[in-house]
Amino acid sequence: MSTLALLLTQVVNALSQSALLFFLGVGLTLIFGIMRIVNFAHGALYMLGAFVGYSLAHWAGTFWLALVLAPLIVGAVGAAFELGILRRLYRRDASAFLLVTFGLALVVTEAVRLIWGPDALQVPAPKLFSGVVFLLGEPFPAYRLFLVAAGAVMAIAIWQALERTRLGLLIRATSQNAEMVHALGIDVNLVRSGVFGIGCGLAALGGVLAAPLVTASHAMASTVIIDAFVIVIIGGMGSFAGSLIGALLVGFVQVFGNYYLPDFALAFMYLLMLLVLVVRPGGLLGKEA
Amino acid sequence: MLSIRGLNTHYGASHVLQGVDLELPAGRIAAVLGRNGVGKTTTVKTIMGLVRPTAGEIALENRAITAWAPHQVARAGVAYVPEGRLIFPDLTVVENIRVAERTPAKAWPLERLLGLFPSLGERQRHKGAQLSGGEQQMLAIARALVSDPKVLLLDEPSQGLAPLVVRELARVIRLLREAGVTILLIEQNMKLAEAVADALHIMVKGRIVYSADPERFRNEEAQIRSRYLTV
Repeated sequence: MSTLALLLTQVVNALSQSALLFFLGVGLTLIFGIMRIVNFAHGALYMLGAFVGYSLAHWAGTFWLALVLAPLIVGAVGAAFELGILRRLYRRDASAFLLVTFGLALVVTEAVRLIWGPDALQVPAPKLFSGVVFLLGEPFPAYRLFLVAAGAVMAIAIWQALERTRLGLLIRATSQNAEMVHALGIDVNLVRSGVFGIGCGLAALGGVLAAPLVTASHAMASTVIIDAFVIVIIGGMGSFAGSLIGALLVGFVQVFGNYYLPDFALAFMYLLMLLVLVVRPGGLLGKEA
Repeated sequence: MLSIRGLNTHYGASHVLQGVDLELPAGRIAAVLGRNGVGKTTTVKTIMGLVRPTAGEIALENRAITAWAPHQVARAGVAYVPEGRLIFPDLTVVENIRVAERTPAKAWPLERLLGLFPSLGERQRHKGAQLSGGEQQMLAIARALVSDPKVLLLDEPSQGLAPLVVRELARVIRLLREAGVTILLIEQNMKLAEAVADALHIMVKGRIVYSADPERFRNEEAQIRSRYLTV
């Protein structure tokens, strides 16, 4: 394999990894921006997305339906959780949110074990992308290229939705001053439920998309939640562009670290985070320290 | 239009509003003056639903709106220009206004507002944080007007503004009065309040202790100043 071909496959690998991480990070950062809470259940909802996707793909016989429906279902679960439980805690301090979202993570994890059993489940890639493509003569899984495209399309779609839609405007305004938005006649609680649901749905989208690569397993929750936190901290809590940059940085560090210095791959991610925090304590695009 | 009776508000153990009574007739401007910390801002926040009263009643056109959620108070027709303006710093001028435009504005559409405040018209794409204090104040007023309010609550609009900008502010407030907007003006700037208000009220320790029309107020100004307003 030529050096150039190797480099290219690693870059595409890293981009596909970044795409998956982006779905996690962007939801987490949107939720933090609006609600000032860290959603500990984010990894569990990512996993739930993968399992729901598995069942839907088997039931419907097509991955595409799972890709659309699983995020909607998990998003609805998230919105219902906000409506039923989180909403009662807004006057409490941050530790209440940590405990209750951690509780949600445990409940979701156990529910998945009860419903789908203890084993990892194979989710086949969609037929259209199950083959290989050749990058500079080297075979490469087409599905990873699809992930890169999906990540790019979603990043642009979310960015445009934030900039151009009414809901996007309200999300940005609420993240700057929720009380003022409320006093201008907007039911801020609705915005909060919506954003929590959207964030959870995006995590589930990442889970469905990851499933063909890594199988749907219980382990996926705990590994990705750390990655997601690192992304959000690097990019700056609450910053959309920050979550994109954070996902790209972490994706590249993980893939290249794993290839060249596998023993230190994990350490590199934390070193990166430390470096960013030393230079910019609020994250690359964060406001406050 | 807006009527407040026996309003009481507590912050924890401190009794901030101790029975505020205030009548705001339709189409008029009522000014509330008073030293720092007597409860002027708390009065506005309580009307707006941002602070819960412990007793008393607030009615808008004879309909009780006491302890409604802020968005419900706003939708009933009360618009809020807070102390310190609280512009959204990362939104543009136009976006700041659009947040409050829940339905297409009839009386105060965007084009009219940008005409009313020419400096905002010139800076439509600027972010809130890039505006001067005076421009931010005008933007806060524009943001309130776009919801076509029945009542406008103006909390210390002249705070921190240069005299020339305060004069511009007075022009805008008079213009709003001519357009029929009912205004509750909280002010420390006595000259501004005197120049625009139909009725002046003075607040001391959570109560309205003195009310007068501008003429009587001017006649008694020296006594009022030494009795209620100087520290």
